[in-house]
Amino acid sequence: MQWNNASEFFAMGGYGFYVWGSFGLCALAMIAEPLLVCQRRNRAIKQIQNQLN
Amino acid sequence: MINWFKYSAPSTFYPLAGKLIPVFWTLAALLGAIGLYISFFVAPTDAQQGEGYRIIFIHVPASWMSMFIYCIMAFWSLLGLTFNTRLSGMMTRALAPTGALFAFLSLWTGALWGKPMWGAWWVWDARLTSELILFFLYIGFMALQAAIDDPRRADRAGALLSLVGVVNVPIIYFSVKWWNTLHQGASVSLTKSPSMATTMLWGMLTMALAFWAYTIAVALMRARTIMLEREGNTEWVQHLPDVKEAA
Repeated sequence: MQWNNASEFFAMGGYGFYVWGSFGLCALAMIAEPLLVCQRRNRAIKQIQNQLN
Repeated sequence: MINWFKYSAPSTFYPLAGKLIPVFWTLAALLGAIGLYISFFVAPTDAQQGEGYRIIFIHVPASWMSMFIYCIMAFWSLLGLTFNTRLSGMMTRALAPTGALFAFLSLWTGALWGKPMWGAWWVWDARLTSELILFFLYIGFMALQAAIDDPRRADRAGALLSLVGVVNVPIIYFSVKWWNTLHQGASVSLTKSPSMATTMLWGMLTMALAFWAYTIAVALMRARTIMLEREGNTEWVQHLPDVKEAA
């Protein structure tokens, strides 16, 4: 392992902005997408239920 | 022999996909955790690029996925046009937004990598430009689907677009060979041994597998939702426990 402490880890050898900007947005997108799909699914189910009642 | 046509019926595919989704979410989480661990704690510092190179662990898998997903869409489109199955159009539609997301992430992480290493967020290089075109193809596919009201016609139009657009995928892949590009050549190829440290390679492959599992999970979820939206007036949907329960 090449990190002595947490601040060194977050600094990423001076590339912190670029590395965390990449990984951060990636993580955000991959959390948001399934949530949006869930929302769409719930909407679809609600619509069918409204039709039935 | 497995009767594949049986599974191409939404009514049999829906429960099957429901069972597979948690499996692929688990795989995605496990592989993602291992991949991130290798990316940050196992892979050594690069001699030239310092810690900045670590972007590779998402940049390359995201770029691969953006190309794979388009190929899979083209494959489903071909099946759809040949056998006229409903599932093909639904799967193509379910994959497009995820493909667009990965194309975007590929461009985004590429920009964040290009800035410190090349000194530019963007250059009109063959690799970058063809990837941008791929992103536009995804957006175009989704816009086309949204513009046509009749879902079956939208499926056929979308299938044609994805089949024509697939010509762009080999262009992206070989762009670094065919043209002089600022973008580096392939570090991993099928024909020769990879030109990178083994731990870096393993990190990248694990992340790529995690992205695969993620893609399958989210695409199956979206396909199921599309089935509910399109077939809401059919018996099988109305008798689904999912629909009955929450009422």
